[in-house]
Amino acid sequence: MDSSVFDNNLIRFLFLFGAAGGLVAFFVALSAWLGPKSMNETKAEPFETGMIPKTDARRPFPIKYYLVAIVFIVFDVEVAFLYPWAVEFRNLGAAGFISMMIFLVILLVGLFYAVRKRVFEWK
Amino acid sequence: MIPVSLTDIQGVLPETIVVIAALAVIMADAIRRGHSGALLPVLSVLGLAAAGAAAIFLWGTSGTVFNGTVFADGFASFFKVLFTVIGILTILFSPHYLKITGVRLGEYYALILTAVFGMMVMASAANLLMLYLGLETMSISLYVLAGSQRGDVKSAEAGMKYLVLGAFSSAFLLYGIALLFASIGSLDYEVIGTFFASDFHPGPLLVSGLALLMVGFAFKVAAVPFHFWSPDVYDGAPTTVTGFMSTGPKAAAFVALIRVFGVALAPASSLWSGVLTVLAILTMTVGNVVAIRQTSVKRMLAYSAIAHAGYLLVGIVAGTKAAFAATGYYLSAYALMNLGAFAVLILLNRRDEGSYRFEDLRGMGFAHPLLGITLSVFLLSLTGVPPTAGFFGKLYIFSAAVEQGHIVLAVVGLLNSAVGAYYYLRVITLLYMAKPEGESIIVQPAAYRFALVISALLILVIGIFPEQLLRVITLAVP
Repeated sequence: MDSSVFDNNLIRFLFLFGAAGGLVAFFVALSAWLGPKSMNETKAEPFETGMIPKTDARRPFPIKYYLVAIVFIVFDVEVAFLYPWAVEFRNLGAAGFISMMIFLVILLVGLFYAVRKRVFEWK
Repeated sequence: MIPVSLTDIQGVLPETIVVIAALAVIMADAIRRGHSGALLPVLSVLGLAAAGAAAIFLWGTSGTVFNGTVFADGFASFFKVLFTVIGILTILFSPHYLKITGVRLGEYYALILTAVFGMMVMASAANLLMLYLGLETMSISLYVLAGSQRGDVKSAEAGMKYLVLGAFSSAFLLYGIALLFASIGSLDYEVIGTFFASDFHPGPLLVSGLALLMVGFAFKVAAVPFHFWSPDVYDGAPTTVTGFMSTGPKAAAFVALIRVFGVALAPASSLWSGVLTVLAILTMTVGNVVAIRQTSVKRMLAYSAIAHAGYLLVGIVAGTKAAFAATGYYLSAYALMNLGAFAVLILLNRRDEGSYRFEDLRGMGFAHPLLGITLSVFLLSLTGVPPTAGFFGKLYIFSAAVEQGHIVLAVVGLLNSAVGAYYYLRVITLLYMAKPEGESIIVQPAAYRFALVISALLILVIGIFPEQLLRVITLAVP
């Protein structure tokens, strides 16, 4: 095989890093250049997870958004574990399958609990 | 994939049972939507009892499971039994307390179970990351429990303070673990032990790792000067949770201290035993002296919990098998007496006239003999008066320290016990030497009477026959 500059692991890593960063920068720049712009007061406000950003700190605020966010994190973590498990499914064998099922059952209990506690009823 | 064998699963049987019980409680609460009556506490107690039985069944095993990350030895079994006892007592005291404070949370019982699970993992961890996992499971449950009296400002404050400072201290511990890993290359206690037993060079990375680890532990056991969170948290949390927090997590942290500092880091004791000695002296003294000035009995017991952490640290400094056995004995005795004392306070507290005033206890000894006698037993044991278990706990710990030449520690400990006697005995004086303020009707649920009598009897039994329990623990000490 021809020896090239890509044989060096660090160079490979830097290339990947540069390519990924460049791609992101390219798309951001592209949408900033091509996209239509309309600025209004609400849009100029700092984004604070759907809440009014500038008020007195001591006021009640709706907690629904946070409940949904927490439930989302639970299932996000679930997926993070499911992907590598699915890739290595054959090698992990029965023990891996049973472990994953136990993990899923525990998370399903969480989902069941959330449903019964009316987390998803948006009143 | 590391294959999981049957031995592995058997080694964590108590933990598994507790998790299943916790899931069952969550499901039951979700299905019944808060109208579950006695179902949740009954389920929890059954689960804990089964876990305790499993731990007793595992007694006599030794070694590690799960690829050397979990101890399945007698020491772990002993503490798992202790944790289930603490959990069961807490749950026996809970329904009445939740009713009078108007807390309607089914999650409460599930959180007690997950906290017990975390403690069990801490007690059987053979790897610093496993220890951290157990610690976090326990702590996160406790943060929520501390703030579970949602309508109460003090409880909310306690939950918030505990969360912020607890997370802070966890960060210290984690950073210490990371630095130790950087300098040793492993997180297994065994490898760490061999590293320190060899001719090692204490470089800056290693020493700062050890220091951070120690700060993390000191935070968790509320040792002075890392105790500032504990009076407010203990005072503000629901009283049943205060009893639970001041006994179970403390015991779990001390098992971890014994396993990490007492065993794995024992060859390097010249690096840390001096620091721990100073911590022990400060903790005993500050806890006891500040407890004297308290105007609330609950807060007084919070400072007394700090003082007791100081006595227990003496056992770690002494560093012998006998000292560790004495620490285990003291932790068992302390759990019974502290939980019991908080439970009696719950019954005697007149909520409408302020919280846990000393005046509430005036003359209650004669008016309510059962409460008076049991509270006296608990307080005498906290003071360290023979023939209660508290006396022998202190005796064993201090004599182990003297054997190792820590005369100063033992003397400071004894002087502090004398200071402690002042504020504990003042409560007994109030109970019996004063006239009650007006009439008082005190509800005494059967669960309380049962648990209080059993705890008081156990304190006397292990106080009168201390050798038997000590021998059991000595067999198990790593």
